[in-house]
Amino acid sequence: MEQSKRKVDSALKKPKVTERRRFLTIMAQSIGLSALGGIIWTGYVEEAKSAPLTLRPPGALAEDDFLRTCIKCGQCAEACPYDTLIMAKPGDRKPMGTPYFIPRDIPCYMCTDIPCVPVCPTGALDEDSVSSIVDGKKSLDINKAKMGIAIVDHDSCIAFWGIQCDACYRACPILGDAISIEFIRNERTGKHAKLVPVVHSDHCTGCGLCEHACVTEKAAIFVLPREVGMGKPGDYYVKGWSKKDQERVKERNLNELKTKTERSEKKPQDYLNMDEELFQ
Amino acid sequence: MSTISRRDFLKSAAAATAASAVGMSVPTEVEAKANTAEGGWRWDKAVCRFCGTGCGIMVATKNGKIVAVKGDPAAPVNRGLNCIKGYFNAKIMYGADRLTTPLLRMNNKGEFDKHGKFAPVSWKRAFDEMETHIRRALKEGGPEAIAVFGSGQYTIMEGYAAAKMMKAGFRSNAIDPNARHCMASAVVGFFQTFGIDEPSGCYDDIEITDTIVTWGANMAEMHPILWARVTDRKLSDPERVKVVNISTYRHRCSDLADIEIIFRPGSDLAMWNYLAREIVYNHPEVIDWDFVKKHTVFATGFVETGYGMRMPDEARALGYSGKELETIKEEANHTVSEREAAGLSPLGYKAGDNMKMVHRGHALGHWGISFEEFKKGLEPYTLDYVASVAKGDPDESIEVFKGKLEALRDLYIDKSRGMVSFWTMGMNQHYRGSWVNEQSYMVHFLLGKQAKPGQGAFSLTGQPSACGTAREVGTFTHRLPADMLVKIPKHRKISEKIWKLPSGTINPVGTQHMVKIHRQIEDGKIKFAWVNVCNAFQDTANANHWIKAAREKDVFIVTSDGYPGISAKVSDLVLPSAMIYEKWGAYGNAERRTQHWRQQVLPVGDAMSDTWQWIELSKRFTVKDLWGEAPIANGKKKLPNVIGKAKAMGYDENTTMFEILFANDYFRSFKADDPIAAGFDDTETNGDSRNVLGSDGKPWKGYGFFIHKALWEEYRKFGIGHGHDLADFDTYHRVRGLRWPVVNGKDTPWRYNVKYDPYARKHAKPGEQFAFYGPALKTIKRGNLKRIDPKLGKLHLPNRAKIFFRPYMDPTEQPDNEYDVWLCTGRVIEHWHSGTMTMRVPELFRAMPEALCYMNPEYAKSKGLKDGDLVWVESRRGRVKAHIETRGRNRPPKGLVFIPWFDERVFINKVCLDHTCPMSKQTDYKKCAVKIYKA
Repeated sequence: MEQSKRKVDSALKKPKVTERRRFLTIMAQSIGLSALGGIIWTGYVEEAKSAPLTLRPPGALAEDDFLRTCIKCGQCAEACPYDTLIMAKPGDRKPMGTPYFIPRDIPCYMCTDIPCVPVCPTGALDEDSVSSIVDGKKSLDINKAKMGIAIVDHDSCIAFWGIQCDACYRACPILGDAISIEFIRNERTGKHAKLVPVVHSDHCTGCGLCEHACVTEKAAIFVLPREVGMGKPGDYYVKGWSKKDQERVKERNLNELKTKTERSEKKPQDYLNMDEELFQ
Repeated sequence: MSTISRRDFLKSAAAATAASAVGMSVPTEVEAKANTAEGGWRWDKAVCRFCGTGCGIMVATKNGKIVAVKGDPAAPVNRGLNCIKGYFNAKIMYGADRLTTPLLRMNNKGEFDKHGKFAPVSWKRAFDEMETHIRRALKEGGPEAIAVFGSGQYTIMEGYAAAKMMKAGFRSNAIDPNARHCMASAVVGFFQTFGIDEPSGCYDDIEITDTIVTWGANMAEMHPILWARVTDRKLSDPERVKVVNISTYRHRCSDLADIEIIFRPGSDLAMWNYLAREIVYNHPEVIDWDFVKKHTVFATGFVETGYGMRMPDEARALGYSGKELETIKEEANHTVSEREAAGLSPLGYKAGDNMKMVHRGHALGHWGISFEEFKKGLEPYTLDYVASVAKGDPDESIEVFKGKLEALRDLYIDKSRGMVSFWTMGMNQHYRGSWVNEQSYMVHFLLGKQAKPGQGAFSLTGQPSACGTAREVGTFTHRLPADMLVKIPKHRKISEKIWKLPSGTINPVGTQHMVKIHRQIEDGKIKFAWVNVCNAFQDTANANHWIKAAREKDVFIVTSDGYPGISAKVSDLVLPSAMIYEKWGAYGNAERRTQHWRQQVLPVGDAMSDTWQWIELSKRFTVKDLWGEAPIANGKKKLPNVIGKAKAMGYDENTTMFEILFANDYFRSFKADDPIAAGFDDTETNGDSRNVLGSDGKPWKGYGFFIHKALWEEYRKFGIGHGHDLADFDTYHRVRGLRWPVVNGKDTPWRYNVKYDPYARKHAKPGEQFAFYGPALKTIKRGNLKRIDPKLGKLHLPNRAKIFFRPYMDPTEQPDNEYDVWLCTGRVIEHWHSGTMTMRVPELFRAMPEALCYMNPEYAKSKGLKDGDLVWVESRRGRVKAHIETRGRNRPPKGLVFIPWFDERVFINKVCLDHTCPMSKQTDYKKCAVKIYKA
């Protein structure tokens, strides 16, 4: 009970904290040093190819910007009280030396004081992106984090079978908002309802507590980076029933108003002047 | 923002797949598929191991191991579904640290040593030690110095064997189940009100009713499959069907609820009276006078009954701390508070009065009163008063809260509505739990909304066989099978006849309830205690005292279990028990449904069933050992010598209890080659391929007769013809459970109603629709609200139920300046009780690895605390460390925390107060005062 919250389970499998910390620091320092020295490891390019599936700490800039800004100093991982953050080492298939996390092992526990972010010396973890203005003052707000998005595989989620599970929902720190429960009548039994989890991307932070709690052998709910896990409906239609939805498209780029298909790729007069095939 | 090109993603995904393929044991999967295809699995019917819902499951075995389970599609309760715990029934027996051999504390010479370390011993040695210590206990303290912590998770046959050996063999009534902690208040409510135990309704009420109110029942987590049924009912007609969640903190039942009422701990007593007052004073037109006049009487009882704690002098003498005594002093004298004064005013109390607890010894006492007196008792429970007592969320306005109470009233008094009130531990684990149970029937009876389809107050049981075993078999200190009581001579006589005992064998004093057993170990009175199918040293409040007493007092403690837990840790001898599907068994659920299963696999290691352990122990004791004269009731009374009578019955001095109780001619008439058992293991009857070295040191070869069927068939003799009829053994192996009374092969969905209950038909007067035929407590005295009036004579009330008036009283211990927070404990969906099974299932452990302290975020902030902080939770009795959770499933109001008890590392029962309902002796785990500070 001397360990930090929920570390009990991970502690059973992972090396002891102190040992791990020392390793982390050495790793981070050596990698940071090499990066500062302008040495590009040949391994780096290879490792970077797996980057699309990497989950970053709260407040991380967009991946390209993040990679350009992160100096691999490891201070975020040091600050994490749960040992959630890992500094990528050779073989992790992640950009070397950068912080990431694997929610099925240790999720982000969404600390309200977000200790990993303010310590970032370069702004690769952007404090503003995880802050709200309360009473005219900026204050950290972990609920604004966008580390990823939880995806439910309906076929392997036992709640969709009718099992009363909800482990993901109950584990969610913002349950009701990020994951809600939808009630569906179970036509087979005629007297039970299925209580199934539904993820809401506008609230889901990607902390992965749901993935960690999922009781199926391989998690039926799992976190992917938002770019990977989410679709994009397009910015040319606004939900007529939602006042909020217009905000989604207000950044619309007017330079891209034109669209082009195979049918429309020719200039009108070129098309009109091509009449040979029509009369063949 | 850079978007990842589809090609890049595909590449990495492919790589990931390739990489994972290397690590994954594909051949194993292929193999598994091949095995299934071979059809080498045997599927057989069983019951879920966990809660009182009683879901049917199917168990698949192959090569002597359980390979999978599925919900039983034919089971009416769950129709093939399960909850998250039931989903893992196949894994619970295969935890890495199963107990596989007896373990004894020994010194390095191999002798028993209370201060020694545990080391493996043979079963023979284990029984030798038990025999030695039982003989010593009998000599030093008489039969009552031998105690058993029993269980609502005993199979019916186990509980029956244990109770028979204790009550008939040892002549000790010091056997009491953990069900005491779970539903004793419900039992008292049933006995006092109906004169017979267990609910009148059944789960079908859910589909029939259109209003469901949960009073202290987190069904979403504790009865998940029933909650799925409630949810479906709501979905079937969302406008008409209303759900109300009444709790001291927000939990997930509120997701579905139309109204959520957060009340101050203990004030449910006042809220029920508000409903009754509204009916009687403001809406008398909704009273079902025909029902009330024909089928009920009004009654009340003593209030000066204490809080089930030790008396202050007694505690002081035992060295209880000054801090503890601050609460314990209430047991003798209570100063009436401003809050409770109005509610107690009809009884003549006012604020500041000293209430001397003069009726501690007869808390169950009650008498008939007139309707006018009943009405007078309710007079103070106005909306204003009750709202001021009951509002539980400081951030909610009193007007909003009042509006909710009125909305609740409107649902109850709507004559067109079906109304089901469910409760579980919120009302049972209560310093006045029996009262609040009685109050639920008070409201339902006034409205005529009881014992009809879709209408009724319904106690949901927590454990899988709290009804089937603890209550129906009677593994309580005061009970015998089929609702009979040891104190009633006629009941002892019936039992002695069925058990073939000399008359006078059964001990008439049954007062050693679970908490008292712990206290008597601390007092040095109990010298031998055996823990069966429970975790008595983790599950009892104020645990510091009991774990210390177990180790320091002159007592020999034995724990039989599948896994090592706190109880095993504080024991002297640990016995490896066969678990659920490693033995034949039967459970009875909350709707009176009895369900049987066969032994599916052999036990792990040298584990043997508790039934076997009890029967083997019976071989060690003879007539002359146990049936001579013996002191009882602290030496104040004596049990007669019945050896002479035993001889007249054909026994001799050296006849063993085994021969009398378990291997008599009747038992031996059940043949081992019964067709029901064909193709299945039966370790007790036939021995098994393990050839475990038994209690005599020789390979175990079985009793040679069908012991499980014998136990069942003898047991059911108690209930036949008395409203507790059970079907024969074979029938239960054909059907998916039956709700008793089972008469002419038909089960009874609703009791006391002539349309559905053959006993109601038998007892009801011509033309009447109901008969509350329960036989207990049907002759009572009469009086007024304050006292019995001998001049008024007695009241006989055959076929009538009672409508009790009970006032509001404050909880035993309430937050003050120093201990400023309410502590409530309970369960979570992922774990069962003390976690001995579920904490060994990796998936459940991962989903809920640690008990957290659920706290209001604003409240945490006001204390300088934040989510995730490690804090001390300290009461006058002890303290534990826990991490704070301010988000997630449970959302307490300011001033209350909830900490579940499944996690022995967050041993919350060290903090809880051992106060009980004075009538039921059930501990109130929901209310005590703590302070919380950073660790």
